[in-house]
Amino acid sequence: MGDMVKGNIAMAEAAMRAGAEIYAGYPITPSTETMEYLSGRMPELGRTFIQAESELAGINIVMGVSACGHRVLTASSGPGISLKQEGISYMNQMNFPAVILNVVRWGNGLGALNGAQTDYHRETRGGGNGDYRNIILCPSTIQEGVDLMYEAFDIAEKYRCIVEIMTESGLGQMMEPCDYPEFREIKRCDWGLDGTYKVRRGDFLGRDLQKESDVYIAKVRAMRENEQRWEALYTEDAEYVFVAFGLPGRAVEGIVQELRANGEKVGFIRPITAWPYPEKAFEELAAKNKNLKGFISVETNGEGQMVDDVALYAKKYGMGSVPVYALAYVCDIPKDDTLKADFARIKDGEIKEVY
Amino acid sequence: MAIEKKAPELMNYSLFCGGCGHGVLLRLICECLEEYGLDKKTIAAIGVGCSCHLKSGISIDLIQSPHGRAAAVATGIRRAEPDKFVFTYQGDGDAYNIGIAETLNAAYRNENICVFTVNNGNFGMTGQKTATSPSGRNCDLTGIPIKVPELIAYSFTPAYVARGAVTTPAEINKLKGYIKNAFEAQLNNEGYSMVEIMCSCPTNWNLPPIAARQRLIDEVIPYYGLGEIKKRGV
Repeated sequence: MGDMVKGNIAMAEAAMRAGAEIYAGYPITPSTETMEYLSGRMPELGRTFIQAESELAGINIVMGVSACGHRVLTASSGPGISLKQEGISYMNQMNFPAVILNVVRWGNGLGALNGAQTDYHRETRGGGNGDYRNIILCPSTIQEGVDLMYEAFDIAEKYRCIVEIMTESGLGQMMEPCDYPEFREIKRCDWGLDGTYKVRRGDFLGRDLQKESDVYIAKVRAMRENEQRWEALYTEDAEYVFVAFGLPGRAVEGIVQELRANGEKVGFIRPITAWPYPEKAFEELAAKNKNLKGFISVETNGEGQMVDDVALYAKKYGMGSVPVYALAYVCDIPKDDTLKADFARIKDGEIKEVY
Repeated sequence: MAIEKKAPELMNYSLFCGGCGHGVLLRLICECLEEYGLDKKTIAAIGVGCSCHLKSGISIDLIQSPHGRAAAVATGIRRAEPDKFVFTYQGDGDAYNIGIAETLNAAYRNENICVFTVNNGNFGMTGQKTATSPSGRNCDLTGIPIKVPELIAYSFTPAYVARGAVTTPAEINKLKGYIKNAFEAQLNNEGYSMVEIMCSCPTNWNLPPIAARQRLIDEVIPYYGLGEIKKRGV
């Protein structure tokens, strides 16, 4: 195992090893160490660090870099990612890839510095205007954050899409031992603008929107088919299946192991991709599990956001009559005792299902 | 003897209204790109509104920036591709209202880019007032028309700043000189340059093209003034 390293710094270093040539952004706590670290690390590597005047400028600088086919990173936290949505929508229109780190902090508006999963709906539904999707990767350990960040650039270039690492304040701020991958050779994508006008623009007025949409949606469908990631435990015979991602996912995994050891028939799905949602996990579960009594979505927001997706995909795979519960803990990481007590309340019928 | 000047090959078809200054400016930029041999090594960031017509008007690589953000997009292009020629093309509403933060900060950083802003005193595509509108608004409530080139020239350390006009052949020739200076500033790595171009907008001014041009000469240009505001190497 490698040295202890802070999540924000580890993921920044992973982006360097993946070949990010330019960083442009504006810091927001709890993501700030990413930018602080890169302000020194990038010049050291002969790369370009740009402190933008705002998140708006940051994402638009990212757009210019990406248009030219270079690997580029920006990072922020919830409110800053809000400001970037215009640029993210434009980049989707033009199929410009980029990697974005969102270290989520709790709340609406300025919110608070506590980690939370309050941005789930925005991130998984697109966020800006239009009809697009971004791939959303949700690590539950710093090592996983490093591995996902390293791979994120390849995924972004494969589909020419935005890949976001959506993590929480806790993971960005805490330290864990982690190993770094090797440095990749920096390569420029050959489709990037190079001034030669090799790709001619279509007619500005005579656009075929059906065709444009069909091309984009074909990409979305390929992303949905190929990029679902998850971890599943004991789903084949579980009566209750917990669903949780990120740091709460890690906490819930521990509880599931403990409950199993005590004879409780519980299972666990940890989505690693919040979009595309790992519906295949639900499909597999439906095929082999005949004991199901409920899904329990554990989240850190007000009343559950992912619970909607749990219910949708339960229905899609023939489990529409199975109750879907939400255990929403607002912020931070749910405590073991609280989780166990609330599971007992679900079984006793004290907590009602959401769907 | 009449001399026929061949249109630059980079020029494509124009969607601008009759009497609009954009077409002349676009031609001047295309002429300069060809004269400096930059037609195959240029990447532009264009604004929203009438500037969108560059997509069909000019055969070069360009990015359609979000409204107001062209200077930030151009910063990204410049840093990613240091060997390319990079310019922005925006209107006054785009660069001075909605995008004033990106415009001023790129100038403040002295990014090595050329910024061309067409000042016709209104948001041409939608018709509302801008910070440069000289009349039709209460300046006590909305501020006096803003002079961004002066703000940049006197507050920051740009390489070159000028204001030209699309009014008469003499002024158009002078404007081409300003554009060439902006080009050379970038090619010599001197830093940021801005050329503001005073144009009429007959459609939104509700005037025939000749009357719109006359209003530009009689009412608008006297307020702003033409010429080089920050010369190179000074």
